[in-house]
Amino acid sequence: MTQTLSVEGPLRPSSGWRFVKPSVLPGFNIAFGYTLLWLGLIVLLPLAALVLRASGIGVSGLIALASEPRVAAALKLSFGLSFLAAAVNMVFGLIVAWVLTRYRFPGRRMIDAVVDLPFALPTAVAGISLASLYAPNGWVGSLFAPYDIKIAYAPPGIAIALIFIGLPYVVRTVQPIIVDLEQDIEEASATLGAYRWQTLRRVILPSLMPALLTGFALAFARAVGEYGSVIFIAGNIPFVSEIAPLLIITRLEEFDYRGATAIATIMLAISFSALFVINLIQAWSRRRFGDA
Amino acid sequence: MRDALSLPSTSGAGSVLTESLRTRTVLIAITFLFLGLFLVLPLVAVFVEALRKGWGVFFSAFADPDARSAISLTLTVAAIAVPLNLVFGVAAAWSITKFDFRGKSLLVTLIDLPFSVSPVVSGLVYVLLFGAQGLFAPLLKAYHIEIIFAVPGIILATIFVTFPFIARELIPLMQEQGIADEEAALTLGASPLRMFWTVTLPNIKWGLLYGVLLCNARAMGEFGAVSVVSGHVRGLTNTMPLHVEILYNEYNFVAAFAVASLLALLALATLVLKTVLEWRFDQDVAG
Repeated sequence: MTQTLSVEGPLRPSSGWRFVKPSVLPGFNIAFGYTLLWLGLIVLLPLAALVLRASGIGVSGLIALASEPRVAAALKLSFGLSFLAAAVNMVFGLIVAWVLTRYRFPGRRMIDAVVDLPFALPTAVAGISLASLYAPNGWVGSLFAPYDIKIAYAPPGIAIALIFIGLPYVVRTVQPIIVDLEQDIEEASATLGAYRWQTLRRVILPSLMPALLTGFALAFARAVGEYGSVIFIAGNIPFVSEIAPLLIITRLEEFDYRGATAIATIMLAISFSALFVINLIQAWSRRRFGDA
Repeated sequence: MRDALSLPSTSGAGSVLTESLRTRTVLIAITFLFLGLFLVLPLVAVFVEALRKGWGVFFSAFADPDARSAISLTLTVAAIAVPLNLVFGVAAAWSITKFDFRGKSLLVTLIDLPFSVSPVVSGLVYVLLFGAQGLFAPLLKAYHIEIIFAVPGIILATIFVTFPFIARELIPLMQEQGIADEEAALTLGASPLRMFWTVTLPNIKWGLLYGVLLCNARAMGEFGAVSVVSGHVRGLTNTMPLHVEILYNEYNFVAAFAVASLLALLALATLVLKTVLEWRFDQDVAG
């Protein structure tokens, strides 16, 4: 009798396959079931619909649709400018993160809060505001207009919108790493006779590299899919300033579901690859630096 | 010696651990210029453009019934999407952080998925499901249910894009807190419900509020996904960001910026509350 009881109890040696480890806490079944149900309905089912449509087109069909000149031009523009914007953000994001964590100056806390503005400001608001600023008669655009430099309604305008929305990703990824940097290694480096710039370049920059690359990839992935802040400033001229997300909408408005699905699938594949690369970088940095 | 002369205020030990005064000044100046030009200037421009023709014209933008219905639709959508994601976020974080089960990291990755999907694609997947040529089109037609180009589609797309926000704030927080507090409550005879209300909820309240805040800001401001499923029917399926777009494309700039300024105020309030919450959270951790 006692034996049967002890087998039922929590002290039973965990032999064999178990989905969930026994616990005294209540509510696993209901919480986990609800999580799966909601995830399935809201996220997995719709994404499965996309995959299903794409599989109907087939790989060769996808390649054919993607190499259509207008689609290829839009993809090239989206990926090229996103890369450029993410690179700019990597440089300035590093400077901003460094200044915010290492220096003390008046207005620092406010500047720190301002960095999150692109997360909080609706993209359409950012879009119309940037368009009016960089238009030929806008505050910034009018400074360039006399030299015949067009920013809004041309690719440089798109780059500016993408820099706007991508900046916080780099700053917020790098900032905690700078906070955690051990100052001993900087001291050691200085004691060994390194100039400050040598310490920065040879000691600090390498340990920030994984975070910088992660920030770059996050900013890049966000920029590739960005729509609201770009379309007002872009000008949206096919082959010149038409981004891939806009072309999806154009295809949908023409009821060309195949075309829309093809572009969406290619964009998804590339942003998932970016995520995969982020995971690789983080796994590599865990191995190299021994922390998360 | 030269260092000591050029940096009289810093002690010898400090100067090897920071840059020269000139470098620091230059870097701080770059930070101010870059953030000023790219972030602050666009924010300021919203309010300047909105008030270009004075307060009278500014307020008349909100007298428009289409603007009012856009505001009320935006509030309705957020009022439905945020609580649903709140319940999901707590359930997901509870099962992920308090229990050990197989495939946990896969589940976390799947929850994060909507963050890596373009807003336009987020809208598109619902069109492929519920649109006129969608998978469920015959079913919806038979029962006369409208999802795409109607309010349910807008709500679904909003839930999709804001899906990970709350779960994502709660998971690291609850992971760190462990299960000791809940175990103590149960040992002392609390019912599961009482344990949740008096132990778990107070422990996670700041993180929860933080997630709700970010989720709400995105829900009210979402443009791309909502734009795909809405159909832009004035007075019916127009949210505030979509209304801004329509006004802007009609060259009604002052009205567009007036509605936009309301959304910008929401963003500012979000940032202020976020800073306050971070401060409160740090205090709780310290105290």
